Amino acid sequence: MKKRVVITGLGVVAPNGVGLDEFTNAIKNGISGIKHDTKLERLQFSCQIAGTPSVSPELALQYFTELELRNFNSSGILYGVIAGIEAWKNAGLPMENNENPDWESGTIFGTGTSGIDKFRESIYKIDDLQTRRLGSTAVAQTMNSGVSAYLGGKLGLGNQVTTNSSACTTGTEAILMAFERIKTGKAKRMLAGSTSDSGPYIWGGFDAMKVCTFKHNQDPEAGSRPLSATASGFVPGSGAGALVLEDLESALARGATIYGEILGGSCNSGGQRGTGTMTAPNAIAVQKCIVDALEDAKVAANDIDLINGHLTATSKDSLEIENWTKALNRKGNDFPLINSLKGMVGHCLSAAGSIESVATVLQLHEGFVFPNLNCADLHPEITDLIDEEKIPRTKLEKNMQYAIKASFGFGDVNACIVFKKYE
Amino acid sequence: MINNLCYISGEKNKKMNKEQTIIELKAIIKPYIANNEAFENLTEETDFIADLKINSANLVDVVLDIEEKYNIIIDNESMEKMLTVKAAMAIIEEKLAARD
Repeated sequence: MKKRVVITGLGVVAPNGVGLDEFTNAIKNGISGIKHDTKLERLQFSCQIAGTPSVSPELALQYFTELELRNFNSSGILYGVIAGIEAWKNAGLPMENNENPDWESGTIFGTGTSGIDKFRESIYKIDDLQTRRLGSTAVAQTMNSGVSAYLGGKLGLGNQVTTNSSACTTGTEAILMAFERIKTGKAKRMLAGSTSDSGPYIWGGFDAMKVCTFKHNQDPEAGSRPLSATASGFVPGSGAGALVLEDLESALARGATIYGEILGGSCNSGGQRGTGTMTAPNAIAVQKCIVDALEDAKVAANDIDLINGHLTATSKDSLEIENWTKALNRKGNDFPLINSLKGMVGHCLSAAGSIESVATVLQLHEGFVFPNLNCADLHPEITDLIDEEKIPRTKLEKNMQYAIKASFGFGDVNACIVFKKYE
Repeated sequence: MINNLCYISGEKNKKMNKEQTIIELKAIIKPYIANNEAFENLTEETDFIADLKINSANLVDVVLDIEEKYNIIIDNESMEKMLTVKAAMAIIEEKLAARD
């Protein structure tokens, strides 16, 4: 029998708020986390603004031992562990040091790279004939599964502990993979999420591709402009988002707070065929991913109240809106409300899907729609497709039932989740 | 600088240095130990893994910290033998002597 899967814990490390309270306040009030980045300026990047979460050494010490922080240089693992443990505690789950692990709990925690700064440090040592001085944690910090391995140890997880990777869909995919595992009865609860490293060595490749904006180095908070006529490329970001997914029976038995239910979803790829390439989406695949997600969730397109889009602030935003109108067969005044978190935090790459899913669940649970930033001047191609009021620029208080979240990534990969308010 | 000190201190002070070395070793290994009681009662016979419950992966970090502290290089063969306080002290002494 298929299990119902609910969300019982949330955690987040975002450029505009570290921790659930700070983040909730930030998205309600449209607070930007985009700042000028002196490192990017020094390195003469075209884009010298970014969204980097602010994690103090004191905060890090609440999640890591002093020993763990010796020679520690992996921002992705730092963010992932903080968000993951916050979600775990938020779900009311204990952190115990028992003889046996918790066989019923696991994690799927994705990332694009791990410890890219540690990797750089190690490479310099190796080339300097100092391999023997790498220390004992160079592997754990730079292996892609480092984040899930750290979390697995801290939480004593005994079910599947793994890391997925699918570019900018990573976080959304992680949630769907964890959802499937609980739905099919293979785990009672899964910590699902994703993280992304910060800094020039992860963002440099995007800067070289000219997909990041270079027009807002002097006014960082106006830089990330999803849906805007003057969108000029994305602003790089980083952070982590985490959700505890749980079998409904287990959540009810524990008396846990239920933030929402996952009804279904879909992951697919455009195969880099048709309009799809390594970097551009196959529009047919995007639409199919959305249609399949609704079908999997057994939800009618007309019932969707809110879309949390991928909407990065590149020239592809209009195409994304077009894909949504076609997949849902809704447009103009009939289109659902839609927003993009990237106006506040930039594009958090492999962390985007999970941070944005946390934001989506918060909106359903608390009954609000966060404002879209920096799009007073909506793109005319977008307003040709949907009514302006479907893109709120100020916060709305609204009780909603169904929200849909999608992420699209390099490699022509897509993931889409249907969330429902739990009542 | 260290060379000069050793030269001046001579044979008599080398014995005293042994106690000093234990104090210095304790400071180096403190972050890695998982058994406080064994650490408090540390003797030359104390075993890093069996008694102090240092994670075996961390032994390479202990060695790197010792190398840094004494400005010596501990080769792979010596590292393999460095499982107790006594062995560590012998290796430190040997490497210091070889260096001087």
